[in-house]
Amino acid sequence: MNGYDCAGDELNNGVSPNVRAGFGQSLVRHGLRLERDPTHTLQINTGLLCNQACKHCHLEAGPARTEIMGRATMDQVADYAARGGFQTADVTGGAPEMVPGIDHLLTRLVGAVPRVMFRSNLTAIRDTAREHLGQLCRELKVVLVASLPATHASQTDAQRGGGVMDTSVGTLQWLNSLGYGQAGTGLELHLVSNPAGAFLPPGQDRAEERYRRDLQRKWGIVFNQLYTFANVPLGRFKTWLDSSGNYDPYMDRLAKAFNPAAVAGVMCRTMVSVDWNGELHDCDFHLAKGIPLSGVRWHVTELQGPPATGKSIPVADHCYACTAGAGFT
Amino acid sequence: MSSYYNPDDLPRFPEIGKDAPELAGKFFEYYGAVMAEGELSAREKSLIALAVAHAVQCPYCIDAYAKECLEQGSNTAEMTEAVHVAAAIRGGASLVHGVQMRNVAERLSL
Repeated sequence: MNGYDCAGDELNNGVSPNVRAGFGQSLVRHGLRLERDPTHTLQINTGLLCNQACKHCHLEAGPARTEIMGRATMDQVADYAARGGFQTADVTGGAPEMVPGIDHLLTRLVGAVPRVMFRSNLTAIRDTAREHLGQLCRELKVVLVASLPATHASQTDAQRGGGVMDTSVGTLQWLNSLGYGQAGTGLELHLVSNPAGAFLPPGQDRAEERYRRDLQRKWGIVFNQLYTFANVPLGRFKTWLDSSGNYDPYMDRLAKAFNPAAVAGVMCRTMVSVDWNGELHDCDFHLAKGIPLSGVRWHVTELQGPPATGKSIPVADHCYACTAGAGFT
Repeated sequence: MSSYYNPDDLPRFPEIGKDAPELAGKFFEYYGAVMAEGELSAREKSLIALAVAHAVQCPYCIDAYAKECLEQGSNTAEMTEAVHVAAAIRGGASLVHGVQMRNVAERLSL
């Protein structure tokens, strides 16, 4: 995709600035259905409490939010992870570091599934009171997935708040010192980059090369892999899109970049998301929008295993964020 | 016509092929090939395009390549430096002609 998008994309995709098809219509036009493959990942949203209030947050997480997962729900979720035979548990928030009992949840999950991932914003985990969490993750061999939108402070701080870049760099260096991201340690450190605005992310492979070069050169930081994801037009990001006049152009951009091939790999096919109340959703974005799993409200205690293969997945226009370009897998 | 430049005209660029589809097809094919990943990355090419856009002062190109640079992972510090490259070359192009001016003046002067 180049500057003018001049090589016939308009004609190929049939999208003009004023006539944007709904996501469901786009699937139909390409003869596609969104259905479950075998589900191997349980994503666990531990709540909306966060020390940051990032401008792109689809959940509107922040310091004033009180929704967090309690210990009883943590146990119910860990039980489900075990009996469901999930391969991966993916712990997210908010800032899960701030949830009381998070150590308990991680410890239980490590005993329940082969691979546990923990999403960190790189500032909450470095608070003095929570540094032990990094040590615990190391002991438990938990995979860390950290947000870093750019290798330049202007974009990182614009998205995540003043001073976040400096703190994030310090945290990454600290995690490297614990062995995270270092070859031969088995301690995986992955980075996630979302664009700092109403535009699509760069290609993942090229961006990863650049991150690797920049982070090593500027700060001596190493990591395993970079994932680039489009911002999802929900929550605080949607509020900003609306107030800045960017909503329609951004949605048009996402729709125009609709990649039918990406539909086969979207994460909701293989993942189920549980919220802080123990209720299930097809993904964290449907969770944010209040769309329950397969359109039916289920509690984690009510299911014996993962959703069945072939089950239909509800769609909405925010799904365009997962099928733009290379997609959101 | 309220303005010679209308942002809504940018996505209508392919319409230039309406009465000369073969030529437009060749141009767009060439254009796509030029801007694809090659010895230079697509990100580097988008920064060059942004600088050229400022040198030729094309509002459509500036609009298109400011967005493209961001989507290729560039930041505004890099983009601003690219514009300075354009400014330096444009300024230098004026200034270096001062040598010609001096040649003429010296030839005519006592």
